[in-house]
Amino acid sequence: MQFPATSSPFTPASNTVNRVMLQVLIALLPATGIMFWLFGDALLIQLLLACSTALLAESCMLWLRKKTIKMHLLDLSALVSAVLLALAIPTIAPWWISVSGTLFAIIIAKHLYGGLGYNPFNPAMAGYVFLLISFPQQMTAWTMPFDVISSATALDYTKTQLGLGFSVYEISTSPLFGYLAGKDWEYISFAYLLGGLWLLQRKVISWHIPVAVLLGLTIPALAAYLIDSTRFTSPLFHLFSGATFCGAFFIATDPVTAATSNKGRLIFGLLVGCLVYIIRTWGGYPDAIAFAVLLANLAAPSIDYYTRPKK
Amino acid sequence: MTKLTHFHGGLKLAPHTLLAPIIDSSLPEELVYPLLQRANNYALLIVKLGERVLKGQMIASANSPFTAPIHAASSGIVKAIEARIIAHPSNLADDCIVITTDGLDEALASSPCFDYQQETPEDLRAKIHHAGIVGLGGAAFPTATKLSTEQDIHTLIINGAECEPYISCDASLILQKAEEIVQGALILQYILQAKHCIIALEENMLQAAQALQKVINTQSIQLISVPAIYPTGGEKQLIQVLTNTKIPAKSLPAESGFICQNIGTTYAVYQAIIQGLPLTERIITVTGKGINQPQNIRTRIGTPIKHLITQSGGYSKDVQRLIIGGSMMGIALSSDEIAVTKASNCILAMTSDKLENKPAEMPCIRCGDCATVCPAELLPQQIYWYGRSEQLDQCQDYQLFSCIECGCCDVVCPSHISLVQQFRATKGAIIIKAKQAEQANLAKTRFQNQQQRRAKEEQEQLAKAEKRKATIEKMKAASLAKKKSL
Repeated sequence: MQFPATSSPFTPASNTVNRVMLQVLIALLPATGIMFWLFGDALLIQLLLACSTALLAESCMLWLRKKTIKMHLLDLSALVSAVLLALAIPTIAPWWISVSGTLFAIIIAKHLYGGLGYNPFNPAMAGYVFLLISFPQQMTAWTMPFDVISSATALDYTKTQLGLGFSVYEISTSPLFGYLAGKDWEYISFAYLLGGLWLLQRKVISWHIPVAVLLGLTIPALAAYLIDSTRFTSPLFHLFSGATFCGAFFIATDPVTAATSNKGRLIFGLLVGCLVYIIRTWGGYPDAIAFAVLLANLAAPSIDYYTRPKK
Repeated sequence: MTKLTHFHGGLKLAPHTLLAPIIDSSLPEELVYPLLQRANNYALLIVKLGERVLKGQMIASANSPFTAPIHAASSGIVKAIEARIIAHPSNLADDCIVITTDGLDEALASSPCFDYQQETPEDLRAKIHHAGIVGLGGAAFPTATKLSTEQDIHTLIINGAECEPYISCDASLILQKAEEIVQGALILQYILQAKHCIIALEENMLQAAQALQKVINTQSIQLISVPAIYPTGGEKQLIQVLTNTKIPAKSLPAESGFICQNIGTTYAVYQAIIQGLPLTERIITVTGKGINQPQNIRTRIGTPIKHLITQSGGYSKDVQRLIIGGSMMGIALSSDEIAVTKASNCILAMTSDKLENKPAEMPCIRCGDCATVCPAELLPQQIYWYGRSEQLDQCQDYQLFSCIECGCCDVVCPSHISLVQQFRATKGAIIIKAKQAEQANLAKTRFQNQQQRRAKEEQEQLAKAEKRKATIEKMKAASLAKKKSL
């Protein structure tokens, strides 16, 4: 009898890209839920806009690049980028914000670089930074539920007030603040943390990057706070503000654009954390996850090169 | 109880263990012996076409430390010496000795030995060599060569941790021949003058452990059960689990004072020394969903696989692949006419439900799952990346040659990339390139030498011509002087 001679191993594969991405989407559910509770239907509209744009753009690019559309659409990577971006965009932003941001993320940041696996920059963050630089006004106007006018986030507010010479203590008495950080925003942070821990438990991500990011942010924050607590906010404020947990668990951990060895991942994460602190404290933008991740993405190949296993 | 450690990575695989008693294979009509042994090393043919051979007669001899003699497994006539497809990943044909059996199974007289301790280790090693014993775990490295190490060996490890799922030939052999295996271990220990001997079994081989425990009556042999994590059966992995010693890449266990021998090999050593029998048969697990009656068979080496399949109730209807070896590192064969060799520990017939249609390859997302499971502690994702772009130096920089091709990375890869296949191809490309460079260098030196030789010859000829000229002139002068004087 004749048989096909293929190469070993002959054990079926135990995982799929699609499952990895699906688990990331599931882990984003708590944060999505909390944000829906806080911001209402507007969030769903942003999600819908971003997701449908992403799927459309992905299909077109796959078609242009002569790839099998069905297989790559089902890998769900475009959806992950779209959801991450939609969650980062202010819910009251006009429709063309999420559409153009998603188009930038999928077409330019992802497919022009070779598609899944070849993009040097995190697509969602590239899209976010593109929007933040091009449309700063629309991108910083967050409306809290039941508020009539849009207001600044706690990070934003702290930054401007510190610049005006107020002390951290005075600033933290503002109604924008909750227990640890921005009022209500702390719940979102907590939800990201929860989703992130689930990803860790499912071994979708390894602990190296999240732990390093959080350490990279906490160590300088703690040092500065211990030196002068009137001018520098507490490490807890940093951890629970803005997109810290989202960045640490969902964005910096994007394997395609991060360093790849465990040692490299630790360095990569520390770099992201430190950059977040530096940009938040001395930079021009209140939150810094996107910039920090993109800068670290840029450094990832060099980190990989210098962390090669020794002979 | 010794404290066990864990090697890096590895996988917990479904065991698929089959504990069936060993049955004896019937005599096939034909026995086929490829002369090719390990990587490009051929045994030397020593029989003639048409010659009658007996069971246990040497038909090919070793001509390097990397070959072992081959013996006929039954009596018969050398019918052909021709190219046949052999059990090799290439599925190509190579020179084989084909013996038509005569059904008499007439054997050469054997010379048993009753007290091996009366003989020197050198004599015993020579006996092992002449018996044609090689590592029966699958690597088929000549055992005598492995035993002639100049290093000081302190620990002999008898490896009973079956290397892969499906394979159960060692476990079944222990159940039947526990006493002989322990005897074999003692002989090996005597040859190596090793202080310690560990027999390592996987923790799920309970019956085998009991059987061995019953017959071990010396303090020098220790029985240890190790967790069934693939590839614990790998030499370096097993040593690390048992002794927490890490054998460096590119170094042999012997350099750290360890030698591993497989259970089947140990039994073959017993047979060779005590019974005076050469290696002509081994236990093979014939299993998989594609086989109607999976079993362990005592098989004459050289038996065509087809014959064993028939004896195992034939194929099931939906058989899809025929594999020699296990499901992780085995070789897919193109035909069942191929004969089993000393290295064949398992014949695995797989059906479609185990293989399905392998999902299409996706791009690598660098998730690093491959690095997490790699027992050699490599970064397969990086080697893959550089291998794809044929950056061969980078591949070597990332220790491609430390890859043991265990296949763990393939199994966990979410993008279903055939990593091991690519690594093999890249290794091949590097070796070919090195050979070409070597040949180019050789040609260069040859050319340079030729140039030098020519220049030297030219000079010599010039010098000769000068000399001749000088003599002619001298003679001329002499004759002139003669004329003058006249």
